[in-house]
Amino acid sequence: MAKNKRVFIKGNEAVAYGALAAGCRCFFGYPITPQNDIPEFMSKAIVDAGGEFVQAESEVAAANMLLGAGACGIRAMTSSSSPGVSLKQEAISYMAGSEIPAVIVNMNRGGPGLGDIGPSQGDYYQSTRGGGHGDYRTLVLAPGTVQEAYDLTVKAFDLAFKYRNPVLVLGDAILGQMKEPVTLTPTAKVPASEGKAWRLEGKGKRKPRIIKSLFLEDGALAAQNRHLEAKYASMAGEVACEQFQLKDADLVVVAYGSIGRIAKTAIRKLRAKGKKVGLFRPITLYPFPDAALAKLAKAGKKFLTIEHNLGQMVDDVRLAIRGLADSAFFGVYPGDMPAPEDFEEPIVKALRRKA
Amino acid sequence: MSPAAVKDEILAFDRPEVVADRATHYCPGCHHGVAHRLVGELLTEMGLVDKTIMVTAIGCSVFLYNYLLLDAVEAPHGRAPAVATGVKRSRPDNFVFTYQGDGDLASIGLAEIVHCANRGERVSVVFVNNTVYGMTGGQMAPTTLIGQKTTTCPGGRCREREGMPIKMAEIIGGLGGTVFAARAALNNVKNIRQAKKFLKTAFEVQTKGLGFGFVELLSACPTNWKMSPVKANQRIETEMIPYFPLGIFKDLSGEGGVC
Repeated sequence: MAKNKRVFIKGNEAVAYGALAAGCRCFFGYPITPQNDIPEFMSKAIVDAGGEFVQAESEVAAANMLLGAGACGIRAMTSSSSPGVSLKQEAISYMAGSEIPAVIVNMNRGGPGLGDIGPSQGDYYQSTRGGGHGDYRTLVLAPGTVQEAYDLTVKAFDLAFKYRNPVLVLGDAILGQMKEPVTLTPTAKVPASEGKAWRLEGKGKRKPRIIKSLFLEDGALAAQNRHLEAKYASMAGEVACEQFQLKDADLVVVAYGSIGRIAKTAIRKLRAKGKKVGLFRPITLYPFPDAALAKLAKAGKKFLTIEHNLGQMVDDVRLAIRGLADSAFFGVYPGDMPAPEDFEEPIVKALRRKA
Repeated sequence: MSPAAVKDEILAFDRPEVVADRATHYCPGCHHGVAHRLVGELLTEMGLVDKTIMVTAIGCSVFLYNYLLLDAVEAPHGRAPAVATGVKRSRPDNFVFTYQGDGDLASIGLAEIVHCANRGERVSVVFVNNTVYGMTGGQMAPTTLIGQKTTTCPGGRCREREGMPIKMAEIIGGLGGTVFAARAALNNVKNIRQAKKFLKTAFEVQTKGLGFGFVELLSACPTNWKMSPVKANQRIETEMIPYFPLGIFKDLSGEGGVC
């Protein structure tokens, strides 16, 4: 890939470019709208790059193929959209329990059930609370621009291997289908020694390695959960967010992904009218940037959380600022497509609200 | 005994190093131990131990990695063929096999086994069919025979209610990506020798890069059949083999594979 090459691509394609730049060698996919560009692109590009592409028989199988590749210490990924990501939860839980690195992309669409094929943020809880059975967490990265879809997919692979944990890239139908110019920043080559201490490659002359999530012996599962808890706590340093015009703002609008982007336009318009409002856009949803939010609450600011759902991230915002402030909420129903103007009135209303 | 006599002693029979020197958790008369042993012997004889990655499944054989000393990954219930696909596509030079029971492979994992075979993945599958969910306490399996009583078909499996027992070796043999599919039994020496021969061919079609190899092994579960081990062995002969015939259902091993 040429140095600092500029391309004009969709969010879905940016994810694929990012995966290839990160050294992804195996892609396991299954068709579902609105992410089909990713497997379609990968079916040629990853093979041209010397990797493997499999169109699996189901999302269940695709995620389990990912589990197998990850256990071998190979950079691999799968992508899907909401109903498909529900089916992947089995393998995600096993990968978290077995400490297998993997990247899962969810281009969130409307639900519940079959829902629609338009944008939604209805999978926030599923993404940030583990999603499958058991007590575990996955790192969750939420790009708001096509550039970030590229950058954060690259980062997702590094984090997956740094923590031996599944990493979710959570976009939506807007991001997946939107075209923007993207700078393809060059990436470092994946060291051949990645995962050398634990990956499966045939035992050779060493002792056999077992990658598993079953712990039946007395105390073994508790010890594993204690170990995982410490690992999740150690992820706190990965926290990332965008803070826009917050310094003198009276009101902090908290929104992530595409909605953060739309809110930003609304805020620009309101700023032009002299309203002291700013944007706080979490980029990592797990770990959640709660310390930065608490700092803003301590400064006496008011809060409004805007989401493309019935209110999910607002719980995390309220937890982050508890005892200091509260957050109002404005939700766009999955199925509706918001415009910046839709946010202006709720923002002004929240600004007027007594703290 | 004089030192000279000890020196002349010839060790006629021993376990291969890959088979762990430890007692298993299996019930008396269970055939998992026989199947493990056959796999261990073959991997040793074929020089595959060092480069094998084993995909274990859910069921009684979940602890396979305690008995076969190999690099291993534990698959969710039924998903071993999908996991094996991911492993083999990542490490095409390694030898990859799954070891699955009838509930795992023929019920919850039916889609995964069928498509893994149909794609012609270069992996081998050892399928242990004992007509019952053993680990969970003897519930009806997709392979439970008509009339066989289990904890979830206490009156005996009924064709009208539960359908007919599923014949996996025949199904797998009918798929395009399969190079070798066969069924053997583990109830007597003759059948065990045949099982080893079939397993060897299934392993070879992978090492030669030809495609997918599958061996079904009819096995006893005396505990859940509520029989003595000897009676259970007899049941394989008198009830299982008449419904699940032994033999080869597809063999393209001499024809250069499927694609």
